[in-house]
Amino acid sequence: MSADAYLNLQKISAGYGRTQVLQDIDLAIGKGEFVALLGASGCGKTTLLRTIAGFALPSAGSVRVGDRDVTRLPPDKRGMAMVFQSYALWPHMTAARNIGYGLRLKGWRREAIATRVAEMEALLGLGGLSGRKPSELSGGQRQRVALGRALAVDPDILLLDEPLSNLDARIRLTVRHEIRALQQRLGITTIHVTHDREEAMVMADRIVILDKGRIAQLGTPEAIYTRPASAFVAAFMGAENVVHLDGACSGHRVDIAPGPLNKAASLTLDRPAPPSGKLEARFRSERLQLRRLAAPSSDTGTAIELIGRVEAVVYPGGEWRHTVRIGESSVLVDGPEALPPDTDVIVRVPTTSLFLFAASAALPIGSPSAADDRSPVRDRLTA
Amino acid sequence: MSAPSASLAPRRDLELSNLIWWLPRAAILGGLAFVIFGPLVNMLIWTVAERWYFPHTLPLDYGFSYWGRVFAPRGNAVQSLVASISIAFFTVAGSLALAIPAGYALARLKLPLRGLILLAFLLPQAFPNLPVYVNIARLFYEIRLNGTVLGVVLVHVTHGLVYAVWIAAAAFSAVDRDLELAARNLGASGLKAFVDVTLPLAAPGLMASAIFVFLESLDEFTGSYFVGAPDVTTLPLLLYSAGSGGNYQIASITALLLLVPSIAFMLVVEKFLRADVLAKVGQ
Repeated sequence: MSADAYLNLQKISAGYGRTQVLQDIDLAIGKGEFVALLGASGCGKTTLLRTIAGFALPSAGSVRVGDRDVTRLPPDKRGMAMVFQSYALWPHMTAARNIGYGLRLKGWRREAIATRVAEMEALLGLGGLSGRKPSELSGGQRQRVALGRALAVDPDILLLDEPLSNLDARIRLTVRHEIRALQQRLGITTIHVTHDREEAMVMADRIVILDKGRIAQLGTPEAIYTRPASAFVAAFMGAENVVHLDGACSGHRVDIAPGPLNKAASLTLDRPAPPSGKLEARFRSERLQLRRLAAPSSDTGTAIELIGRVEAVVYPGGEWRHTVRIGESSVLVDGPEALPPDTDVIVRVPTTSLFLFAASAALPIGSPSAADDRSPVRDRLTA
Repeated sequence: MSAPSASLAPRRDLELSNLIWWLPRAAILGGLAFVIFGPLVNMLIWTVAERWYFPHTLPLDYGFSYWGRVFAPRGNAVQSLVASISIAFFTVAGSLALAIPAGYALARLKLPLRGLILLAFLLPQAFPNLPVYVNIARLFYEIRLNGTVLGVVLVHVTHGLVYAVWIAAAAFSAVDRDLELAARNLGASGLKAFVDVTLPLAAPGLMASAIFVFLESLDEFTGSYFVGAPDVTTLPLLLYSAGSGGNYQIASITALLLLVPSIAFMLVVEKFLRADVLAKVGQ
């Protein structure tokens, strides 16, 4: 892709036996950039990382670092360091020996290794633990040792394979920022594999969303969050409320025909509209307006207004979360005040909160999820 | 009937049912203990018996004069012991030299017919020993390996390979592949990663397989007899000739000598062979 990219993947395909895991992956990563590979389990993100590391050979395509083609090089000749999901610390070596192993391989002198290991331990807050075996360390400490082992060799490229997934939720939040700060300070080109959307958002410069072995979208966290390129990406980035509408589109303009479940609307999008016909409208539960059906509306036409009935209301903290039934499906809507169940309501989705896509035949009509963490798209992927 | 006797009768019933319950158990346990320890005790008595013949239940005289004869320069025992132990060590070295690469390949590579390959190592023990070893002896005779230590070691290696390869494959499977990849990733060549990471982690399993092979070699009789005798005399061969000559004292003392390394190593095996390695044997 771009000429000044440091790590270049071109047309990478890979698979085990007959199952194709990756197809035609093109990716260019700049020097010092932090890129997150985000996707559900089974989307091929770990396979892609292992292909970059040299643990698996791609069936087609090439991996280039700088102006070097490393596609066929063994892992030890690539100048990359990986932090494994399981940490893969050597149980028969102490923390210090684990961290110093890469330096020993480089033929460093004993004192130089000791200095460097002490440096890494200070950097990662592992003081006083250097004599312990991995089995005597906590999960968070092991994770730091694994990171220290990878950073000690001063790698050209750092590969992170879900290194936070085995940590407590609370530790995970702080470690995210620590790793990001460290990466920026050291300026190491980093590829981070994760299935955690928020983790990818707060850590990465750019996010690559993988779907069934292909890149679904590539962009900054903000771009992917606010301008998802497909219904899949929108769903993955949290826009899991779905309704299906009929629309006539031209240019940036969409005219929604009135129906039993929605009022007529005429929208102007900030990007080209999908082709006319059946539309899939996706939106998050936040930044919506919820009002009683009887209440007067201020202005019409610049937002989609859906007609439904409150089924349930819970308070997860912050705002009240309503489950609103709209025809066959139900959506989640956050609001500042609770409306009791069985209230007839209007859900107003402003253009800025709305993602419109041409309804694909593959997506089941009218079956959005009712919960945040279980999405039909994700379930189908992991099944 | 008075009250006390009424309360006594059920207690007596209880005692009786207890007795019926425990008597067969005690008998079975006692019988089992006798079957296991009887011959051992008999052997131990024979090692210190000077004169013991029918119809006497116990020896008439006790003493250590046969021990002197066994360890006398002409007694052959020390010589056979040295031969046995050196053959066992060579066998271990040969088996491990084959089992480490074979076990690693079986654990790591996606080999077709993996199960069949594992089973193939069982073949030397799947057929009746005698015809196999008679034919090996014939073959070895032609290539002048009969009556040499090398010939006996080769026979023991084929015999011990099934333990060595199976346990080695299990030991290597128990080492997480990512641990190796982590070393490769940091710049270790394949061989370096194997030596620094895989081998030390598989060492307890390999140690256990070495001990199994050692014990098998120490006890092996049929192959040693056809391939080694009379030029190479191992302890089991000495035991056989002493036993068939009616010299139970010499046979028992030799057997006791054989028992010592066996028991010592069994204790070591129990320490080394972790459950997670055992669970992968033959998988």
